[in-house]
Amino acid sequence: MLKIEDLWVTINGKEILKGIDLHIPAGEAHVLFGKNGSGKSSLLMAIMGFSHYTLGQGKIIFRGQDITNLPTYERARLGLGLAFQRPPTIRGVRTRDILTACAGKRPYQDLVEQYGFAPFLDREINYGFSGGEIKRTELLQLMVQDPKMVLLDEPESGVDMENLQVVGEIIGRLLQKDRRRQHREKSGLIITHTGFILDYINADRAYILGEGRLCCQGNPRELLHDIKSYGYEECAKCRR
Amino acid sequence: MSEMKQRAEHVRKKKAAFGPDVNLAEYSRQGGAWEYDPDYRGFSPEERSRLLTTGIELTDEDHAGTFLQADKTIVHCRAQQPGVEVLPITEAVRRYDWVADHLWRLVAVDADKYTASTELDLDNGYFIRALPGARIEQPVESCLYLRTDGFAQHVHNLVVVEEGAELHLITGCATHPGVVSGLHIGVSEFYVRQGGRLTFTMVHNWGEQVHVRPRTGVLVEAGGHYISNYILLRPVKSVQMYPTVTLNGPGAVARMQSILIAHPGSELDVGGRVILNAPRTRAEIIARTITTGGTSTARGHLVGLVPEIKAHLECRGLILAPQGVIIAIPELEGRVAGVEMSHEAAVGKIAAEEVEYLMARGLDEDEAVSTIVRGFLKVKIEGLPPALEEEMERVIQETGKGL
Repeated sequence: MLKIEDLWVTINGKEILKGIDLHIPAGEAHVLFGKNGSGKSSLLMAIMGFSHYTLGQGKIIFRGQDITNLPTYERARLGLGLAFQRPPTIRGVRTRDILTACAGKRPYQDLVEQYGFAPFLDREINYGFSGGEIKRTELLQLMVQDPKMVLLDEPESGVDMENLQVVGEIIGRLLQKDRRRQHREKSGLIITHTGFILDYINADRAYILGEGRLCCQGNPRELLHDIKSYGYEECAKCRR
Repeated sequence: MSEMKQRAEHVRKKKAAFGPDVNLAEYSRQGGAWEYDPDYRGFSPEERSRLLTTGIELTDEDHAGTFLQADKTIVHCRAQQPGVEVLPITEAVRRYDWVADHLWRLVAVDADKYTASTELDLDNGYFIRALPGARIEQPVESCLYLRTDGFAQHVHNLVVVEEGAELHLITGCATHPGVVSGLHIGVSEFYVRQGGRLTFTMVHNWGEQVHVRPRTGVLVEAGGHYISNYILLRPVKSVQMYPTVTLNGPGAVARMQSILIAHPGSELDVGGRVILNAPRTRAEIIARTITTGGTSTARGHLVGLVPEIKAHLECRGLILAPQGVIIAIPELEGRVAGVEMSHEAAVGKIAAEEVEYLMARGLDEDEAVSTIVRGFLKVKIEGLPPALEEEMERVIQETGKGL
């Protein structure tokens, strides 16, 4: 589904990602751990093609197509979907306007009802939303957008326990976790600090990103256990 | 010579405090000799289309009253519902003794040469009155129309919303599609009596070389509501206006909104002042301005004269072209302790992160910018019946296309 080869990225001349290699097959969900400032969000932004992130070298292949130089909207149309950690507020633009843009001709009213989102439809996007509401809106947009691959930037941060379950359910649905493994087509790359989200999705693989490099990979729960037990510094030294 | 005329005579050449000066001698006072048009048959399809984008439907249906003045001439004037009166101002002065006493009380006749010209050489204007207790749900639609190129139109309007009455007035001001230059001077005085409610929505759609000088004063008595919406989205040479609302009785409310686009070559100086002169009065001034190359000065002035008043001023500007200029001048003037007044002003370009956010949802850059601009212009027009609110939103969206 997604293949990244030797990706180097700078922001304002500063190197943020230093030779990332990553392969996420169709139907798999991978998790990205890392300290604050390690480059996790930058990796998702670079995959999405945001202008602030300058690619020095490397390639991004998505569904067999080299998207390295494609604009963001074309990547979205090919099936990449990003849930932002801190999405902007756009005054005057209603949540309904964006959902309509995401949906194209697909109906989305059932999803809105199912996740109790009707009261938010006519509110300005993200304006005055709580942390949980922001995450739910982001995920609802992805549900409506129906991407082949989701990029989730800390979907559980700022979410209370009650909303966490809803967020987990939506992510599970986005990743087709209700299907048997061989029948899943959707993939995901998920940034998490707490690992709470692992209770809701059975992730296939995890990585630790440190100082712009993928320095460790393995079973998500084992890696999380190691991070909790020994900290990121020890994990970085291990270099598996 | 009357006292008013004498005062006007003294200021024939007095420049306005704000905005570019206009040489009145450059404009003709010979308007077209248009005939009265009871069923609007004299309007070409092009005129109809242009007036429609100004919110003017050219029909008496679904309107409590209609008034249309082309150049100097009243071509249509009709009240259709009990409780509402619609007359040319010249006729109202003849019919009611008290009308003349209501003129030049809220706007000074000697404010500048534009007010003076209106007194000294009046064309006409509308008189609209909602009788005591009358709740007029359908709007009264008025249109001040420049149909002759190079003409200077002088109108004086009077609106009286009597005690406990409610009136929605939509004024569309426009030029004929063939008119390039002209001058419109519109003096308006609105009285909202105790417990009355007036919603005044004004849509401007002028020619690229037209100068516009509205002069408006509003008096709101106890418990009265005055809500104004001003929409100017098409090119114009210059507009300078600074309506003043006085909230003179306890619990009176004013809300003034303006949605403006300054096109290349346009110079807009649009402000608003609310004087809160009684306890528990509330006021809000909201301005949304976009420049695609023109200059826009957005002024707002709130004056709190007594305690227990609450007022807020909000001005947001979006610069969409490098040569565009937006100047926001918010003023708060509290004269006693116990006033609660605030303002916020922000001017800038569209944030790149907002554009990219929408692009991540599959919108290309133009679609993303257009969505953000449409959202910026979408100010809730309060005080209108839902059908009218939808209509106004449609006008804004229609007029804002192609930015």
